Amino acid sequence: MSTSVVEPRRFGSGLAGDADTDQKPERISGPDLQPRNTRSRLAPGKPIKFGLAIGPVLLLVAWIIASATGVLDPKTLSEPWTVVTTAGDLIADGRLQSNLWTSVQRALIGGVIGVALGLVLALIAGLSRIGEALIDGPVQIKRSIPTLALMPLAILWFGIGEEMKILLIALSVFVPVYINTYSALRGIDSRFVELAETLDLSRTQFIRRIALPGALPGFFTGLRLAVTISWLALVVVEQVNASSGIGYLMYQARNYGMTDVIIVGLVVYAILGFGSDLLVRSAERKALAWRKTIGS
Amino acid sequence: MAQDDRKLTVRTSGLARGFDGRAVLQGIDLEIRAGEFVALLGRSGSGKSTLLRALAELDHGVPGSGTIDVPKKRAVVFQDSRLLPWARVLDNVILGLDGSDAAERGRKALAEVGLAGRETAWPNELSGGEQQRVSLARSLVREPDLLLADEPFGALDALTKIKMHGLLQELCAKHQPAVLLVTHDVDEAIALADRIIVLDHGRLAVELTIDLPHPRASRVVETAEYRRILLEALGVEVAA
Repeated sequence: MSTSVVEPRRFGSGLAGDADTDQKPERISGPDLQPRNTRSRLAPGKPIKFGLAIGPVLLLVAWIIASATGVLDPKTLSEPWTVVTTAGDLIADGRLQSNLWTSVQRALIGGVIGVALGLVLALIAGLSRIGEALIDGPVQIKRSIPTLALMPLAILWFGIGEEMKILLIALSVFVPVYINTYSALRGIDSRFVELAETLDLSRTQFIRRIALPGALPGFFTGLRLAVTISWLALVVVEQVNASSGIGYLMYQARNYGMTDVIIVGLVVYAILGFGSDLLVRSAERKALAWRKTIGS
Repeated sequence: MAQDDRKLTVRTSGLARGFDGRAVLQGIDLEIRAGEFVALLGRSGSGKSTLLRALAELDHGVPGSGTIDVPKKRAVVFQDSRLLPWARVLDNVILGLDGSDAAERGRKALAEVGLAGRETAWPNELSGGEQQRVSLARSLVREPDLLLADEPFGALDALTKIKMHGLLQELCAKHQPAVLLVTHDVDEAIALADRIIVLDHGRLAVELTIDLPHPRASRVVETAEYRRILLEALGVEVAA
């Protein structure tokens, strides 16, 4: 075995261990170290490379196989290659880009307004009892009303223009941001409040150093839900009384029975939703780098 | 006892606190002078944490009476290091400090507790002993007149504890705050304190002045009598 073992210093001669003094304890020295691939029995284990893409790719493969073997009737669901050519045509005549841009703008503006609204309301309700009394109840009521049910009223108030669409998106988006941020604020460890008191922090310092960063994990959970919801709300508002946008494109296609265009629209929605979720997640990972969880 | 002319930092008189009609502290008259290291011993439920929280003015809404006179500049070291997990080590140390030299002072305090170079680490990346040293730096950077420590080493292993005793003793000798250390460890109290008080059922039961030079860890013979007195006061039978 290794020769670099240090002889341990021994004290006392009459001790029990004395009988086998010439037997050196076995130790592993530096050059003998091997990489060991053991993993925790309970944690999910190491992340798989491109693991997030595996599910969607499998789904795509299944679709291709089902269409190619004729299991899937093109009238039910167009073949992937038809969808690709249709997408190419839509891009060539510029319809996809212009409608996509309109949709992205709506989702973005409505989303940003909704997230800001949810955050501000959560801060007011989370940090003061009066704010809680004024805000929390109405938000919980709003939560139980589907956005679709607000549509008739929104159309009466704002007409069928952009304002109505952005308003409805914002109203759908602010709820998850509010709820998750608010509960994270309320969940901040009271020991940290005590600490802030002994350190003589001002209220502003407390909010900036403790309340906000402490509520950040909750905010990100809300943000991820919000991003997905803003695309969902988009579908709803664009299929009623719209004259542009991806939803409008699909609505028209439905009238003419063009499943390939509908699928192009669905794929675009999927890419937008999946992509924006990836973006938020990577932002979350950066912002919450201090966390050591089983997911990381 | 010789006349002590150091400034009186803490003075309580007739201090009493109670929960649900049950007296937890009664008639506490306590004086701590600048630079004096006092250890507060007591069994669980003897009221020692209640006394510390009263001195830290953290016991909002707890019914009580008596007067407390404590300096404005005080710092508390808790049993858990209570570091903000989302702030890096240096930001934890200078939390709430103003001024352009705050970072510099924080760095100096970290160097004093032997953590120079770890400024940008996350608290999660440190060992329990290191976290408690950061918490010590966070207290000392404020140059407190009174340092209140609530079983600060209770969660540490025995070896780390011995090292931390040396560090705390050294830092207190250098910065000279008045110190009240709450502990249930008799040896810790003897190793660190100038004076030990024992709290029993909410009253000050024993007061003991330790005048041995530091370090005391290896002075087994001299400390034996102190141990016996203290253990007896704490209700532990010691075989002769």
